[in-house]
Amino acid sequence: MRIELDVNGTKHELTVEPRTTLLDCLRDCLDLKGAHAGCEHGVCGACTVLFDGAAVRSCLMFAVQAEGSIITTIEGVTPAPGELSPVQDAFCETHGMQCGYCTPAMILAAHALLADNPQPTREQIVEAISGNICRCTGYTQIVEAIALAAERMRGANRPQA
Amino acid sequence: MNGGAHHRYVSTDRRVREDRRFVAGKGQFVADVKLPGMRHVAVVTCPHAAARIRRIDKAAALNMPGVHYVLDGAELAAATQPLMNGLETPHVPRRPLAHETARYSGEWVAAVVADSRALAEDAAEAVEIEYEPLPFVLDAEAALGKDSPLVHEAHGSNVLLDKTFVWGEVEKDFAASARRLSLRVKWGRSSTVPIETFGVVAAWDPWRDILDVYASIQMPRYAEQIAAALKIPGSSVRVHYEVDVGGSYGVKRGIKHTVLCGYLARRLAFPVRLIEDRLENMRGGDAHGPERLFDVEVAFEDDGIVRSMKMRALENLGAYAGRSPFQLGKPIGAIVGPYKIKSVQYRALAVVTNKTTQEAVRGFGQAPTNLALERCMDEIAAVLKLDPLDVRRRNLIRHDEFPYLIPSGTTYDSGNYETVIAKVLADARYEELKAERDRLRRTGKLAGIGIAACLEPSGGNATFEALLNPAITTSTFMESCRINVDGTGTVTATMHTTSSGQGHETLVGTVIGEVLELDPDTVRVTRPDSLNSLPSGTPVGSRMAISLGGAAFHAAQKLKAKLTAIAAHDLGIAPDRAVYERGEVYDGQAPARRRTWVDLVGIAYRNYHRMPPGFEPGLAVEYVYQVPAGGALPDKTGRVQMYPCFSFEFHVLLLSIDPDLGQPQIVRYLLGHDCGTQVNPKIVRGMTMGGVAHGIGAALFEEFAYNEDGQLIAQTFMDYLLPSAHEVPAVEIVDHETPSPHTVLGQKGSGESGYLGAPAALANAVNDAVRPLGIFVNTLPIRMAALGDLIAGAVERQKE
Amino acid sequence: MKAYPFDYVRPRSLDEACSLLAGDDGARAIAGGQTLVPMMVMRLARPARLIDISRIAVLAYVRADEFGISIGATTPQGVVERNALVGAKVPLLARAIPHIGHAATRARGTVGGSLANADPAAELPLVAVTLDAVLSYRFGAATAEVPARDFFVGPMTTSLPAGGCLVNVGFPVWKGDRIGVGFREVSARRSDFAFAAAAAQVALGADGRCKRIAIGVGAVTDFPIRLASAERALIGSELRPEDVKAAVRDELDGHEMLADLHASSQYRRRAAVALAARAVADALCEAQTSRTDAH
Repeated sequence: MRIELDVNGTKHELTVEPRTTLLDCLRDCLDLKGAHAGCEHGVCGACTVLFDGAAVRSCLMFAVQAEGSIITTIEGVTPAPGELSPVQDAFCETHGMQCGYCTPAMILAAHALLADNPQPTREQIVEAISGNICRCTGYTQIVEAIALAAERMRGANRPQA
Repeated sequence: MNGGAHHRYVSTDRRVREDRRFVAGKGQFVADVKLPGMRHVAVVTCPHAAARIRRIDKAAALNMPGVHYVLDGAELAAATQPLMNGLETPHVPRRPLAHETARYSGEWVAAVVADSRALAEDAAEAVEIEYEPLPFVLDAEAALGKDSPLVHEAHGSNVLLDKTFVWGEVEKDFAASARRLSLRVKWGRSSTVPIETFGVVAAWDPWRDILDVYASIQMPRYAEQIAAALKIPGSSVRVHYEVDVGGSYGVKRGIKHTVLCGYLARRLAFPVRLIEDRLENMRGGDAHGPERLFDVEVAFEDDGIVRSMKMRALENLGAYAGRSPFQLGKPIGAIVGPYKIKSVQYRALAVVTNKTTQEAVRGFGQAPTNLALERCMDEIAAVLKLDPLDVRRRNLIRHDEFPYLIPSGTTYDSGNYETVIAKVLADARYEELKAERDRLRRTGKLAGIGIAACLEPSGGNATFEALLNPAITTSTFMESCRINVDGTGTVTATMHTTSSGQGHETLVGTVIGEVLELDPDTVRVTRPDSLNSLPSGTPVGSRMAISLGGAAFHAAQKLKAKLTAIAAHDLGIAPDRAVYERGEVYDGQAPARRRTWVDLVGIAYRNYHRMPPGFEPGLAVEYVYQVPAGGALPDKTGRVQMYPCFSFEFHVLLLSIDPDLGQPQIVRYLLGHDCGTQVNPKIVRGMTMGGVAHGIGAALFEEFAYNEDGQLIAQTFMDYLLPSAHEVPAVEIVDHETPSPHTVLGQKGSGESGYLGAPAALANAVNDAVRPLGIFVNTLPIRMAALGDLIAGAVERQKE
Repeated sequence: MKAYPFDYVRPRSLDEACSLLAGDDGARAIAGGQTLVPMMVMRLARPARLIDISRIAVLAYVRADEFGISIGATTPQGVVERNALVGAKVPLLARAIPHIGHAATRARGTVGGSLANADPAAELPLVAVTLDAVLSYRFGAATAEVPARDFFVGPMTTSLPAGGCLVNVGFPVWKGDRIGVGFREVSARRSDFAFAAAAAQVALGADGRCKRIAIGVGAVTDFPIRLASAERALIGSELRPEDVKAAVRDELDGHEMLADLHASSQYRRRAAVALAARAVADALCEAQTSRTDAH
């Protein structure tokens, strides 16, 4: 099937089999390798992307279902080559990862949370990433990263004295 | 140089250099590798717990569009050697595809190669296989029985290993002790289950005779095992170590996957890729972990002093061995934990059953052993009506008793257990924690405090192999680093293995920066492929901070010595008068006379006439580091030094349990941790937090459960339950630093920290909570509902 | 883990969708797909054709009408979760929705999808049964209504005819004040499918006693059930926990409980009793403190 996808601000015309998941489409057709396959049945969250601004699992959607929607991947939140978003930088500051496999998805979950709630509590952060399994970190430094990003982003928006 | 020294970069709060690529989604995982003409593999798996393979009909599959090949076990067995076997059990061969007989549900029977993974899966369904189901055995004790079906008929028994060691005067100590207690403890079949499954891409170049391998691998001797199985020269295998590995913690050892793909790539002359899907991974990825039954007997005095221990560990290996039986051997190096137990009898017993094959899991058998030992300490306290903390304190090896030789022949390097414990208790306010437990109990909850004091043997060493299999004489365990300063003066260091999240590039950069007094961020760290690499033991055995850190340290020292010698020669002074400082070398008696970094690079690269006579031009150095304190084989009594360094961890937690639902909640969790000098504190903290989370999983959630038909029923993430952020508490870590005398910076290992004691601490907390009901739980995982049933039964009995 | 091949159609109108579904045995509706897609990639479901109804605008809404609150079948759970009308008028539903999966699955998963999927442990069927919701579906051009209690007939099985398309679920709104709700469930990890779940809605009389009550339990039987005899026993009572437990226990005695790897049948029975008592206690507490007509 021919479909049109808006990914990271660019429109792509693609031909896919209906059975191709959005995850496989992003990785194989668009070469966007930041979304990862972990379980492919919707539990681990490693494939998270932003779909019309909300964090969703790209393994739980066929690409044909995504036609016409606005999709943002980790490549789309990276401001420029070699440059990090405040959330990405905060993850580096706290070392909110180890192997890096779940990391892009965690960062997208954090972006979705902070877009909605600039001042999340620890519980709200935990809830926001509870659908993303990290096997390395025990989550502590991830929670710290998101709290730090929130703090910095609030600071950035404060009017200069 | 040793800990306590002032460090410029080591032990400071520095970022982890690998993180930048990961936060941008620019890690290079194996599934990201795309080679021209690459085709995809899917496997056909056996639906029976045991079956003879009568016939394989490939025709329908081969006729499907996009399908290139269907490989069966007969063809592969004829063309390859069986996979490496750690034990002398020639009649228990292990192969990538089952040949003639399949021995567990999910075992790979055939492989399909097609243009896409989806087409390969379509065709895998079309491979028709006729099976004759055979009798099977799932339980380890049943497998010991005389009437048990045999997993490997030709072996004549299901027992692969049965070795008893007696270290010290066990019978005498038992006879002399006032009390004894026996306990049965079961560690359930769980594993590390990384979020990335195992994957491999293999490509054969027939014009250069090279097999290129990209894999999410973490294992020693990978390239040589591939070469041996495929019967090609070692120098024909090129493993690309720059592939990022999406978590491993021991299990990413897809040798069977690689041999399968390597064969296919050679046979078909195009690159093939096998990325396990989650079902393949859970059922047939051969990455399950220990399933171990302990029968422990301890002899002790009325004051709680433990004199002696008899431990039998029965391991349910699954269908094939590989190296997994050695997971019974490694814990011998810390068989008495942090305690002064004088004598030990240990029986290591391993059987095959019709379950999935195991792989090395974080700690290599240490976490189950720690569970058994720590459950004993608590039961001793219960019998004597002592605080479990006091029992432990009375048995601890004291700070002034190091180095300390344990009965099984290992000398612990250093430790200050009582201080770590005291620090944790001060932070926990232990008496208040007990008061809080009692308050929770008064509100109708069940509540318990769990304690565990455990060691993390670190540094790696393979002497347990020789201990369990005398035919093996490996006493070498090494790691290497090469440093090259190029003609522009920039520093590039190499490491020679993959990483799976441990931050090894940061480690190498930090250590070299420390020695050379250069900003570590200016030290580039690369990973040449296996044909361009020096020896590596790979990231196993909690060894990389010690061994890769040691290799990098010594390589940097060699470089520093060379720079100093060049400068001294150029300054016309004796080398011992030259002082190295931040990349420059000056005359100690006239500090104004100096050679800068640029000068020295210029001499080494362009002014051979100014080089000391006999020196090699350039600034390249390398160092191959042998594990400290190693190098010996076991003596006649089965005593040997295992790992060189021993990190210590002390867990205290408060757990409440909803009595109606059996639902546990961790109220507070403290962990004292001493791994000597921390090269990078962020990394150590993360490893430890992650280890606790993994331990919570093993204790409460995770199990590869089978039904009575021998089918794995926890084969998806809906049933194999990895802890989410909801289930992992904010762990309060209390650091202490007792440097190791054996290592270059005083560092010890921390790759397994947290995991080695958390299951024991949680089991002890649950038991403290339910003890008032007269019940105990000694089987992991402690499932909420099963615990609820147990509690309800006890409450009923109390009512009667 | 790739799905078996299928055709995909995205009809523009409800009429077109209904006729496509009714006319093709191999067709299956997909909206959020949060349950169907994993079934398909594990090849446990192999529809020949997917009819994507997620873009049909007339199926996505939350509105007040003469029945109460009506929700279109393809309305995402996350939308309902944040809907103020639902919070005010069907607070039990608002209380239950956060227990469904994760935010990332609620963003895509739909109300109708969860109801039609009829997982015994799912929250929405439990709320629907407890509140006597009415489900509406189309079969071709025909329209039909079925009360929730008759909709769920077995695990993953409903009375929706093959080829039918669920279009609406209507939740009755309780009038008056002193109304409270409670929703409790227990699962291994917080976000897993429940081993047992209980929903309760209570209205108190001026005397503080129970004037009206609805109690449902889920995840313990083939499909969620409303505990009518327990409710009758509790009307007019003070809803003391022991009385609630006894009433629920008595009624559940007549039912067989599910069992699986994670929880035994006896566990589910006990948990259902305990959770029902807690849900009622929560509802009672809320009803006692609600003074104004918030509902």
